[in-house]
Order: sequence, then structure tokens, then C-alpha cells
Amino acid sequence: MKTLAKYAIPAAILCILPFLIDAAFGKTWVRIVDFALLYVMLALGLNIVVGFAGLLDLGYVAFFAVGAYLYALLASPHFGLHLPFWLVLPLGAFAAGLFGILLGAPTLRLRGDYLAIVTLGFGEIIRIFLNNLNAPYNITGGPQGIDLIDPVRLGPWSFGHSVYAYYFLFLFFVLFTAFVSTRLQHSRIGRAWIAIREDEIAAEAMGIDTRNVKLLAFAMGASFGGLSGGLFAGFEGFVSPESFNLMESVMILCMVVLGGMGHIRGVIFGAILLSVLPEALRYVGPLQQSVFGRIYIDPSSLRMLLFGLALILVMLMRPAGLWPSPTRKRELSAKGETARHENTNVYDAGR
Amino acid sequence: MEIFLQQLVNGIVLGSIYSLVALGYTLVYGIMGLINFAHGDVVMIGAMVTLTVIRLLSGSGLPGPLVVLCGLGAAIPFCMMTGYLMERIAYRPLRNAPRLAPLITAIGVSILLQNVAMLIWGREYLSFPQLLPAHAFPFLGASISFIQILIVAGSGIMMACLSILIRKTRLGNAMRAASQNAEVATLMGVEVNSVISITFMLGSALAAVAGMMVSAYYGIAHYDMGFLLGLKAFTAAVLGGIGNMEGAMLGGLLLGIIESMGAGYLGTLTNGAMGSNYQDVFAFFVLILVLIFRPSGLLGERVGERP
Repeated sequence: MKTLAKYAIPAAILCILPFLIDAAFGKTWVRIVDFALLYVMLALGLNIVVGFAGLLDLGYVAFFAVGAYLYALLASPHFGLHLPFWLVLPLGAFAAGLFGILLGAPTLRLRGDYLAIVTLGFGEIIRIFLNNLNAPYNITGGPQGIDLIDPVRLGPWSFGHSVYAYYFLFLFFVLFTAFVSTRLQHSRIGRAWIAIREDEIAAEAMGIDTRNVKLLAFAMGASFGGLSGGLFAGFEGFVSPESFNLMESVMILCMVVLGGMGHIRGVIFGAILLSVLPEALRYVGPLQQSVFGRIYIDPSSLRMLLFGLALILVMLMRPAGLWPSPTRKRELSAKGETARHENTNVYDAGR
Repeated sequence: MEIFLQQLVNGIVLGSIYSLVALGYTLVYGIMGLINFAHGDVVMIGAMVTLTVIRLLSGSGLPGPLVVLCGLGAAIPFCMMTGYLMERIAYRPLRNAPRLAPLITAIGVSILLQNVAMLIWGREYLSFPQLLPAHAFPFLGASISFIQILIVAGSGIMMACLSILIRKTRLGNAMRAASQNAEVATLMGVEVNSVISITFMLGSALAAVAGMMVSAYYGIAHYDMGFLLGLKAFTAAVLGGIGNMEGAMLGGLLLGIIESMGAGYLGTLTNGAMGSNYQDVFAFFVLILVLIFRPSGLLGERVGERP
């Protein structure tokens, strides 16, 4: 009975949530929630690389792009291919995983900031190629991107542009991702990742094949990125290089760090917060209108300004994230020489 | 041959700007081990402040170069102030925090600066008035404009001054000590906190000059101009070996030359399949290659792997 309540109540809430939101705020907000779910998936994927394995990746959006473009190419009039989504989606995840290995293999020796900057470069390279591969052969559609992408279709039933249908589809994949992440975390591989994060040399001495385990982290993280990319393409019906710029990678990283790296619930919380907050801040315009009678400050830049300020303030007050994992919290609140050493060194790789 | 020389000249000009900005990254990284993501936006602030002063003075009848100099005279202290505040508010409280925390605040500062600039100066591209002499000198078939000479000479002088400052003065000594080991430097009587503040201010002053140069060279300024520039300058710093001053200068120059050569020749090499629109790829390709084969950068001593 207790377990039933534990699972049934959240499940019921999640099921009626989009309808409640629609009733309270309108359909736009259901769409925002859909995007928040996509970001949760991305953040969980990046959490494997950054949170578990401690590899700082600033080009994560590249994998998202690979998944999205693969879906767009294989299920749109662009090449006249209309493959079903249950085939394209795994293919996108697989392709993104391959790209993850492609990125991981040459950078295995790098740590910390060097890795960050190489992954950043990788992300930019992918974006520039997407932007320019429309000549001499039109592969990616260039800056215009690809549109008229087929919506997700299950058998005879098409998802169309229903925000509700996508809500449940995304919810399914979020739960899947969260489940896989949780299971991975406590598995042999997950413990190997955490060992590498804490001390790579010690991990190697303990018999962990650091090369393969790190590559696996890249591949796993990337394939989650590819998966959500495919879903994004089907949902949006349109992809262009603009959606995959560095700011997106940075945003996903912020979600992971702000929520609490390596802590799955924290990461989910961070992703929801950071994807909903900028939208909620859209109301600063109407708010000014109602309080002062006119709009003094351009709402869209004020929105991002407040967002930047929020990032700074949260980090100043809670450097380990809003909801850090219990172990991490213990480490941070612990006193003494060992604890101090831990604090400064956990993510202090490469120096 | 003329194309080669012309691209070389353009590359050196671009490279000197990259070097100036890269120095800001490398100085800060050398002491704090922090990627100051907002540094590119300080460059933008420098350009914007210069431009504002220039616009105010444009009706006064002063000679063009003097007006530009006045603009720079306002931009440098303004940027130094920005750099100081940035360090004080967003980075200093996090010095012993987990490593990624200051990275996030740096990103926050970057977003903040861009949007403040957008509020103040608007979303439009601002044009930089023609105040400096525009004539060009022929040089072995290539042409060099006055402003190009000014950029290369200006950044050369700034870098030389910085070199002397770091090598010969007491302050430079303190900076080098703090970058080697902050704790021991404190024991030796170095005020590490003020050294770090001064480092940020120095980097920001260089950024202000670079901002003026970029906007004068391309004739425009925009609130997000600092982003890609900062990214490439950081690449240049890593290319040369981050934390190493000569490395930043060399890396900047090399990156500028590689970029303009690549942009100039890629079209002919690939029979028009790829053109100068791939210019931005080179920076990152070169970076990845260098880091794979020489992870510590060209002149860096520290290795990428944990010792």
C-alpha cells in the first residue's frame, strides 16, 4: 500500500499536470514544459559526463545537433526519406554516441580546462559545418536549416503538433533516462566513473580501464544527447544551426552545476528551474506596465540580465549547487585538513 | 604572392588583437586557474565606451586621432573598474569553492555584461566614425593601411610594457610568485588579494585597447561582439600554452595568420567547395590538433595531465 502511494500519487500528478497548466496559464506554458522535459533529458545526459566522470564538456549541444539533424535528414522531404521514428531515434542516439567516441578518443589525455576548451571547439566546428554544408551539395540546408520534418508517428496515429502528446512522449523518455542514470550510477561502471572523477591515477591503480570507461562516459552522455535531439526535431518540425550554439551547451552545463553535479534529482531540478525561469521572467514587461504604467526597460534584455544575476547569486550562496548529493554535502560541511583537501581538489583536475 | 603577402599582413593585424585579448585570459589563468569567460565582454565594453566618448566629442572640432585617444582614455579606466568589480563580486568569494562554481559565475557575468550593454547601447550595430587617416601604403604588392600599422605598433608597445612590468618590477615579481604558489607567496609577504585585483585590472586595460582597435578596424561595434572574439583569444592563449605570456602573444599571432591564410586559400584549394565562411573552423581545428599532439601548448611548461 505504501509503495503504491509512493508511485501512484506522483504518477497521477504528472499525468494531469499538462492539463492543469493549460487551464491555469494556457497552451504556451505546456509547450514550455515540453521543452523543460527535453532539457531534463539533456542535463541528465551531460551529468553522466560532467557529474559522474568529472569530464568537463562545453560542446555537449553538438550531440543534440547530431541527433536532431539525423532525424531531420531521414524523416523530411529534404531527401524525400520518411523513415519511422522508432527507427530514426535509436539511429540518432547511436550516431551521437559515435560522435562522442570521436570526440573522446583524441582527448583522453586532456583534463580539466583543456578538455573544456577542446569540447567547446568541437561543438563550434559541428555548428559551423551545419551552417555551411549547403554547397556544393545541399546536405544540411545551411543557415535556413531543414523544415517540414515529419512529426512523431506511432503506427497509424500521428502526434501532429499536439503539445499534450509530446508531453507524454517526453515524460516517458525522461523517466527512461532518469532510470538508466540511476541504475548506472550504482553499477560497476558508475562507480568506476566516480573513481576516475575523484582520482584518475588511483582509479587506474585499482584496475579500472580508464580509457574505455572514459570513452563509455562520452558515448553514453552523447547518445542521450542524440536521443533528445531526435525528439526535438520531431517536436519542433524544424532544425537550424541557430538552435545549437555554444550558449545552449553553456546553459545545459549551468543546469547540471546549478542543480548539483552528480546528483540526479538535483540535476532534474536544475534543468526545470533554468528552462522555466527565463520564460517566467518574460512577465517583467507586463509587470512594469501594471506597476509603473509604462515599460521602462526592454523586457527581453532585462530578462536575460536577471537570469545572469541569478546564476551569479546562486553560485555565490550555494557553490555546490542548489541540491547537492548527500555525500558531496557531507564533504563540503566537513571540517579538518582532509575535508579541505577534498573540497579544493574534487574538480580541481589538471593543475 | 601578392595574395599571400596581403593575407599575411591581415593575419598579423588580426593576430595582434587576439594577442592582446589572450594576454588577459592568460594572466588571470596563470594566477587563479580560472577561465574568465567574461573577458571577451570586457573587450566589448571597451569598444562601446570608446565609441560613446567619440560620439560626444565628434562635434567639438578636435582632430580625429585626439578624439580616439580621449575615447581610449575613458575606456581604459572604465574597463579596469569593470574588471575589478567582476573579480571582487563574482570570483573572490568562490576562491575555495568547487572548481566549476566560478565558471558558472563567469558565465553569469558574461550574460550580465552583454545585456547591460544591450540596454544601454541598443541592439543595433553602431558604426565607428572615420576619424583615423584612411590612406594605405603599398608594400611589396600588398597594401597596408594606416590603422593596421597603428594596431600592430600599439599592441606591440603594450605587450613590451607588460613584459617589462612582469619581469622587472616588484609588482611583476609578486604576480609571478602568486601564480607559482599563492600560499607561499602570502608567507613571503605578497598581498595575493591585491595582486589578483591588479591582474584583473591589467587584463581589462588590455581588453579596452583591443576593443577600441577591433571596432576601429572593422568600423562597427555590437553588444555581442566580445563573445566570439573572446573565444578565439582564449583559443590563442591555450595554443601558446595557457598561463604563459609569450605563449599568448605567439598563439594570438599564429591564430590570426592561420585564420586569414585559411580563409584566403581554402576556396582555391577545394575548388570553391569551401570558402571563407569556414574561417572560424580553423581556430578550433588548430586548437584540437595542438592539444592532441602537444597538450601543454606551444610554449607551455605545465602538462595537460595531472602531475
